[in-house]
Amino acid sequence: MRFFEYESRQIVKAAGIPVSAHGFARTPEEARRIAEEIAAPVVIKSQVLTGGRMKAGGVRFADTPEEAAREAEFVLGLEINGHMPRGVLVDSKVAVKQEFYAGVVWDGIRKQPVMLFSDMGGIDIEEVAETHPDRVGRGHFSNLTEVSDYEAKQVIASIGVTGSALTRATPILARLARLFVRHDMTLAEINPLALLEDGRFVAVDAHMDMENEARGRQQTLLKALGVGDEETRQAREATPFELAGEEVDAQDHRGVAGNVTEFDGNLGLVIGAGGGSLTLFDAVRAHGGKPANYCEIGGNPSVAKACGLAKLVLQKPGVEKIAVMMSIVSNTRVDIVARGVIKACLELGYDPAEKIAIFRIPGAWEDEGFKILKKYGVEYCDRSVSMHEAARRAVEKIQGVAA
Amino acid sequence: MSILIDETTTFIVQGITGREAVNLTRECLDYGAGAQIVGGVTPGRLGRDVHGVPVFDTVAQAVEHHGGPIDGSVVTVPPAFTKDAVLEAIANGIKLVVIVTERIPRRDVAQMVEFAKQHDARIIGPNCLGIIVPDVIKMGGIGGPAKDAAKAYTPGSVGVISRSGGMTTEMSSTLTAAGLGQSTAVSIGGDAIIGSSYAELMPLFEADEQTEAIVIYTEPGGRMEAELAKWVTENDSRLPIVAFMAGRFMDEMPGMSFGHAGTIVEGKADTAAEKIARLAEAGIVVAEEISQIPDIVKSRIAERSAV
Repeated sequence: MRFFEYESRQIVKAAGIPVSAHGFARTPEEARRIAEEIAAPVVIKSQVLTGGRMKAGGVRFADTPEEAAREAEFVLGLEINGHMPRGVLVDSKVAVKQEFYAGVVWDGIRKQPVMLFSDMGGIDIEEVAETHPDRVGRGHFSNLTEVSDYEAKQVIASIGVTGSALTRATPILARLARLFVRHDMTLAEINPLALLEDGRFVAVDAHMDMENEARGRQQTLLKALGVGDEETRQAREATPFELAGEEVDAQDHRGVAGNVTEFDGNLGLVIGAGGGSLTLFDAVRAHGGKPANYCEIGGNPSVAKACGLAKLVLQKPGVEKIAVMMSIVSNTRVDIVARGVIKACLELGYDPAEKIAIFRIPGAWEDEGFKILKKYGVEYCDRSVSMHEAARRAVEKIQGVAA
Repeated sequence: MSILIDETTTFIVQGITGREAVNLTRECLDYGAGAQIVGGVTPGRLGRDVHGVPVFDTVAQAVEHHGGPIDGSVVTVPPAFTKDAVLEAIANGIKLVVIVTERIPRRDVAQMVEFAKQHDARIIGPNCLGIIVPDVIKMGGIGGPAKDAAKAYTPGSVGVISRSGGMTTEMSSTLTAAGLGQSTAVSIGGDAIIGSSYAELMPLFEADEQTEAIVIYTEPGGRMEAELAKWVTENDSRLPIVAFMAGRFMDEMPGMSFGHAGTIVEGKADTAAEKIARLAEAGIVVAEEISQIPDIVKSRIAERSAV
């Protein structure tokens, strides 16, 4: 889950990293008050969970509190990449001598966190790493002991930073590394980390991403920031259709029948499991089909859950037929899914043989499942028909032509 | 032969009294020659038994009861307790830990993996279904009940490595139907950080005389495929590799996760398109459909033996 900049600032500040004087405002009036307190020229920054706000005009400058209020009003009403801002950050305009970059990310290959430091701050670090590899210092650190300041110092010194800049930046990078670990971050970066004319470093922008799986044990932090459980903070906000999918999945604890993502096609998908869904979604598209949704079934869901998911998909506007397909199942029962999808058709007044384009779930309890499908005249197939072939047949049925 | 496990392998099941673990224990006891599950661990349940397997409070008790080192453990405890269970297994001399549990924060996974490395132990998973040596032994839920696993897996010369548990079985079944058996199939897990990646398992397959080719299932997210491509290039591997890449549609949807926790496009290197290019550069054939895999494998094996 992603944090807004104003939250990320609070996180780094709490970790003992200096930040420029700032405040978070939801109204122009609040922005004016913060600007008055700062009593110097300010920067008004849109608080959105998307990039490119500078380009979109979401970062403005103001010399007086009145100007700050005016600019805040503009930014508060500015949509950026489909996101309306949650508020604005009113930040003091600092006298920057040089911009640096400090960051911590996971290295999935070494399976350790890695500290990154560059004297080319203010731009995308991946870009710097490509164009000026010698200007990016790197240092992995152990998962089993707390990172020590000297490890951060080595990273910074490796790109030739010395003098008071080195000694002042060292604790900042080390603290960033420690907060990364303590708060289960997947990304913690300060960019730019500004070296001021007076020799101090301050974080001028910060970006934090926390692992979803850790939300449970990071409740103290989330409460302090006022982030509620209902805020998913995903890359795209859930649609009503997707929220309905979550409700279906939450009705009981047996298995999964959910993880729904909305698309705008005419072929409804009731598919699984994790890797199977990825494969099948690709397969439908490869044959020219237009999926109405993505979803996942797995872990042996109840008849009610399979039925609920199928009903949701069948009722989605524009859906003409559904395809019920999975990779070979060993734990989910074929007959239970078959019962669920047939029940969904019947309860909505549809003929299962007409609405279900194909049923391809081989594996546990398949004979029992196939018997039920046969009774209702639904086209089904076993493992001798590949996932791609099943997808092709479903697409062919809905388009009336061979894809 | 096989990699990681064979008919002599002994293991325990941690969290054995859980519903899924009870099923998994039955499946492993029934499959092939019958797994030697020498104990189960659930704190507070000492003295019970699960399908005849004695239950202990601690791994140390299981080791003592067995009267010698135990080779492996299947860990099926809830995410909040998994790290502790894995450290306990490794501290008690277990060298192969299969972690079934999903939704474990990666800080915990990274800690377990580093601890394992220090103790010369290996982790498979988390969020995986385990390992199977066709007709011999399975360690984990892979393939399901013994009779279902027997339908999909047959002994042979192809090593299978997959980020998806279900797709391990789907691909092996496709190979089986085409007359290609498997030497060992490993479900390595779908998380961003896992105990054993493709490249980390390759030396084992390389050293296994029975294995003549490798089939892998891959997804967008992470750098594991690039790591494999690098390994293959640097080590002049004798094994042809055929890959299948699912989730190509995700390239159009950066920042969103589908299928497994580790499946997310965060940067250019994570995309399906980029990975396919990397694999191809290293001479790894990427099949468009799973049904094409057996023919590609057969022709690649034939090419190698002609050299």
